[in-house]
Amino acid sequence: MFYLSLFFQYASQYLKTRLTYRADTVIEILSDLLFQAVNLIFILVVFRHTAFLGGWNRDEIIFIYGFFLVPYAIFSSFFNIWDFNDRYIIKGEMDRILTRPVHSLFQIILERIELESLFGAVTGLLVMGYSIVNLGLTFTWYDVLLFIVMVFGGAFIYAGIFISIASIGFWSDSRTDIMPMMYNISNYGRYPVNIYNKVIQFVLTWILPFAFVGVYPASYFLNREEWYGYAFFTPVMGILFFGIAILLWNAGVKKYRGAGN
Amino acid sequence: MSMYLEMIRVRFLMMLAYRTNYYSGILIYSINIGAYYFLWSAIYGGKEEIQGLSVAQMTTYVAVAWMARAFYYNNIDREIAAEIKDGKVAIEMIRPYNYLGMKTMQALGEGVFRLLFFSVPGMIIVALIFPVRFDANFTTWIFFFISLIFSFIVNTYINLLTGIMTFFLFNNSGLIRAKRVVIDLFSGLLLPISFYPDWAQNLMSYLPFQAISYVPSMIFTEGFTGEEIYHALLSQAVWVVILLIPIRLLWSQAKKHLIVQGG
Repeated sequence: MFYLSLFFQYASQYLKTRLTYRADTVIEILSDLLFQAVNLIFILVVFRHTAFLGGWNRDEIIFIYGFFLVPYAIFSSFFNIWDFNDRYIIKGEMDRILTRPVHSLFQIILERIELESLFGAVTGLLVMGYSIVNLGLTFTWYDVLLFIVMVFGGAFIYAGIFISIASIGFWSDSRTDIMPMMYNISNYGRYPVNIYNKVIQFVLTWILPFAFVGVYPASYFLNREEWYGYAFFTPVMGILFFGIAILLWNAGVKKYRGAGN
Repeated sequence: MSMYLEMIRVRFLMMLAYRTNYYSGILIYSINIGAYYFLWSAIYGGKEEIQGLSVAQMTTYVAVAWMARAFYYNNIDREIAAEIKDGKVAIEMIRPYNYLGMKTMQALGEGVFRLLFFSVPGMIIVALIFPVRFDANFTTWIFFFISLIFSFIVNTYINLLTGIMTFFLFNNSGLIRAKRVVIDLFSGLLLPISFYPDWAQNLMSYLPFQAISYVPSMIFTEGFTGEEIYHALLSQAVWVVILLIPIRLLWSQAKKHLIVQGG
């Protein structure tokens, strides 16, 4: 309960700061929207020249992209730890965090919250809506529940991977470029994994499971039964990767000695 | 003149000192090229060619487009924005050189560095992994390098314009981000312009963006031949001249408008 009230206090403070610089916030949301539009335009233009992409048609690919946007929006609103090493370890901010009686990761999540990214989820729902109408898909009441479970599964996979990488900072404070590399690899997850070769498919499924954020869970809602096994595995992978990340983080905090001075 | 050459040299040496930072960059670009390679292979499926480009040409297009990006890409818009915000620009303005000229020279130093230490080794690595073709003949290479220089100038001008906008907007990180996305899409980095519907191609022919990536990549993959090459190079040259006008105008306005925040 204490954690929940902390969350709301941080969130309301955050909204106050964002509303002070209103123009900047609006431009940021618009540029996010533009970025999402670019990916959509890419899909639309490409499908003028082909009917299928690895056996998936235009509207299915659009659905996968729309689905991907929802967990991704949750991830980028709450897990902005891509600059953890610079901001907390090298600048020594971690020391301040550790003196407080709240779990360190939770504090960092609260400090780096970026609620405006949640607009991406709205875009995602609209994109999915467009494709659902075109494909004439129908859903039952429990599909809504499954959707929520899978979205959180996907967001936790993203969070797990990025928290694990941030934890490396506890052992080595030298600059690494793994973070930007990971963002680029995650782009592979936006498209059906069957277009890649076997090695990349394996990596995207079991090692850096970005496929569980897009194509696998989306295939359940697209009634692609050949992928159901993977689809239902999404929440399991989410819990697994997030769990590993927390363990790594806690081990890292124990190991943490500060960056000097 | 020698002053500006010195600026190129200093920036080049500065980049050289941090060269290890760029090895991972090569890997990142290879990852991106890989993603688009598989994507395009799936898009082609069994097709021989789309819009006059074969799969092999498309793969080369993607690889060349990304490696050319390493040359023309720079962050001077961000740098200008930062210098305006912390007031450093006021000091720069009283120094005996042209501020925008200095920024352009720094960008060039960065570009030359990336061309030698990023694009060349990157190309070799990419050519080992993916079926990229470098058997273009000598004249094609010459045309490619000419158009690459134009693409650097056009991109740098657009960055200068975006940077100068900070004088009027104060905080333009959103604009800078938006500009980057627009350039990725409309320059032909992600998609050859010829893939777009006709109305969009028409619209884009009035915009400077395809001078940045589409023209050099098409020249290299020999998607442009004969007359088309000269037309493309001419259009780049025209943009190099036209874009100078808004830069001049905004810059003279900006000097009157200067408010140093803090500083």
